[in-house]
Amino acid sequence: MPNAGNNVAARGDRDAAAPPGRDAVPALAVAGLAKRYGERVALRDVSFEAGAGELVALTGPNGAGKTTLLSILAGIQPPDAGTVSRPPGEIGWVPQQPAVYSKLSVAENLRLFARLERVRDVDAAVRGMLEQTGLADRADDEVGRLSGGNRQRVNIAVGLLAAPPVLLLDEPSSSLDPRQRERLWEFIAALAARGTTVVYSTHNVQEAERHADRVLVLADGELLFCGTPAELEAAVDGEAAARGARDFETSFVRFLHERGH
Amino acid sequence: MRWLLLKDLQILRRSPLLVALLIVYPILIALLIGSALSRGPGNPSIAIFNEVPAEQRTFEVGGSSVNADEYLPQLSRSVDVVSAESREEAIRLVEQGRVLAAVILPPDIAEQLASGRRQPTIEVAYNGEDPVKQRYVESVVKARMADANAALTEKYEQVTLRYIDMLRDGGELTILGREVPILGLRDSRRILDSVIATLPRDAPERTALDQVNRFATLAIQNLGVSTDVLRSVGEPIAVRQTVIGGRRTPLDDYAIAVAAAVSLLFLTVLLAAGLLALEREEHAFSRLVRGLVSKLGLLAEKVGLAALCSLLVTLALLVGLGLFFVELDFARMPLWLAALALGSTAFAALGVALGGLAREVRAASLLAFLLSLPIAFLALVPAGSVSGWAADAIAVVCALFPFKATLQALDVALNDAPESFAAPLLHLAALTGLYVAIARLALRRFA
Ligand SMILES: Nc1ncnc2c1ncn2[C@@H]1O[C@H](COP(=O)(O)OP(=O)(O)OP(=O)(O)O)[C@@H](O)[C@H]1O
Ligand SMILES: [Mg+2]
Repeated sequence: MPNAGNNVAARGDRDAAAPPGRDAVPALAVAGLAKRYGERVALRDVSFEAGAGELVALTGPNGAGKTTLLSILAGIQPPDAGTVSRPPGEIGWVPQQPAVYSKLSVAENLRLFARLERVRDVDAAVRGMLEQTGLADRADDEVGRLSGGNRQRVNIAVGLLAAPPVLLLDEPSSSLDPRQRERLWEFIAALAARGTTVVYSTHNVQEAERHADRVLVLADGELLFCGTPAELEAAVDGEAAARGARDFETSFVRFLHERGH
Repeated sequence: MRWLLLKDLQILRRSPLLVALLIVYPILIALLIGSALSRGPGNPSIAIFNEVPAEQRTFEVGGSSVNADEYLPQLSRSVDVVSAESREEAIRLVEQGRVLAAVILPPDIAEQLASGRRQPTIEVAYNGEDPVKQRYVESVVKARMADANAALTEKYEQVTLRYIDMLRDGGELTILGREVPILGLRDSRRILDSVIATLPRDAPERTALDQVNRFATLAIQNLGVSTDVLRSVGEPIAVRQTVIGGRRTPLDDYAIAVAAAVSLLFLTVLLAAGLLALEREEHAFSRLVRGLVSKLGLLAEKVGLAALCSLLVTLALLVGLGLFFVELDFARMPLWLAALALGSTAFAALGVALGGLAREVRAASLLAFLLSLPIAFLALVPAGSVSGWAADAIAVVCALFPFKATLQALDVALNDAPESFAAPLLHLAALTGLYVAIARLALRRFA
């Protein structure tokens, strides 16, 4: 299992290696996760693996359990059953709502979380993050005065401060306009290219198709599908073609419907 | 945790309006409550034991009769009077808190008043548990005593004035049933004047008689003034006071302890509740407890910060009051600090419990207000003014919330009230533990 303390070296190895394959040691392995809130089952026996540098999209209808799954991986709440291969300390977390202090400036937020994360060179980490997210010129602005898109960038920057090998993002694109969204995907792709395993959730199945190495489809807490976008397309189209569905989105809804969701 | 603390201070510094409100509001409330306490509440009851035998209650003062019973109805205009059968019973009523004071009239009061030579003494015993009412009863008893004193003084005065008039103008005095004529100073002088006029200018007797004449003139003039002097002469009855058990703190000092406790309560509870709820409102909580800080560590940070801030503000309030308005013993500062520290810590623990339960800054502030007001109010309800289940409910509230204990500790620290200092401090420490535990439970469903 990769060692978080040895992050930089591990990342170097991954850069040199061929694109991640299924046989490599997974950067993240999840087995038999289950969670219920009282009577309601939020997750039922969810298992999957993701390799280093892999981009994983988690999609499914409202209330499918996407946020629940991500927050269990992030260590925010414990699962009722199942295991996660990494401790939360080695996983970066970007919640749906920006989790930063609106009364503090961008730099102050980054510095605070860098200190709390016990990052060794705080100033260097903050400077690096400001540059990576293109926020250097807004460093001294109060976060409360930033646009939603920029606030989301600060949110992502905080999740990346400790240079985690795995990054989780909950609906990162939902509050962004199309241009900001494009920039976000570029940023995330670059991150994955440098070896970070990225798991994100989205409502938009087309987004999942376009920006993922692997797609997980979750509905009512069950993992319905786990495979490449091409495989998903094949599975969805195979069923929908006979019924004459016009586009992928409609086909996907049908796909879910066929499985009782 | 240090960084989190600095972060919160930074946020507070950037919310000057909120901070100003947080500081000004509790101090205003505290001062209002303090001043409101200076006004006395409604009819308290007092016990009276009259040791004077019924047949002796009327006595003669210089020929006119006075009935002591006449003065009791006046007393019951301002207080409810319970008559006791014995001194012991009267004192017991005070000890049980059934009455706020006992007034005991000694058996020889009539004789002493009639003789006018020894000042008779009335005994008044107070229940010191409630300084507000004690002050009120004290003033009522004093006022009624003053009424009685004034009436008696008038009697004495009339008698004395009659003697003085007679001394000056002459008249008849009844001695042993016989009418005795008295000459009077004016007539004496007239007689002297006529005698002097008959003497030759250089007669040696004339010088001596002139001296006597001058004395008579002086005496006549001064006796005229003595009417006014007599009116201003003091009280024929003295009041000897004892306070049984309870607090001896006079009202103004107690009001300061109340003001400090109230401002500490509001400031700390609001600050702690708001700061904790803010972590959730900013969605930072889930990020923080993912191994960056423990939940208990987070609670400790909020409790510490809120307690420290409000301690400093309240200390400043006390120092300000002590420097400019009232007399405070600054040598007791270490005791103030101990009481303020434990009180503010317990309040802060209550605050984080409320913040954890309410989960939003606005809801938390509202909850803090809604709860703080009745807590303070109930703890200030004087003992003996309610009974039965209401008294039990108040006792439970005082035990479960840190206000009463803080007030007691502050009263001892500030005013040297004759009560235990350790007991309220231990109580506060226990409550701190309780509320931190509740807050920790509330954090389970906080994210
Ligand atoms: N704290 C909670 N208490 C009770 N039920 C919860 C809680 N959190 C989530 N749930 C329930 O668990 C289920 C999964 O919720 P979750 O938020 O994971 O869905 P989601 O896929 O993220 O939905 P969305 O796309 O709307 O964000 C839902 O039915 C939700 O009502
Ligand atoms: Mg969600």
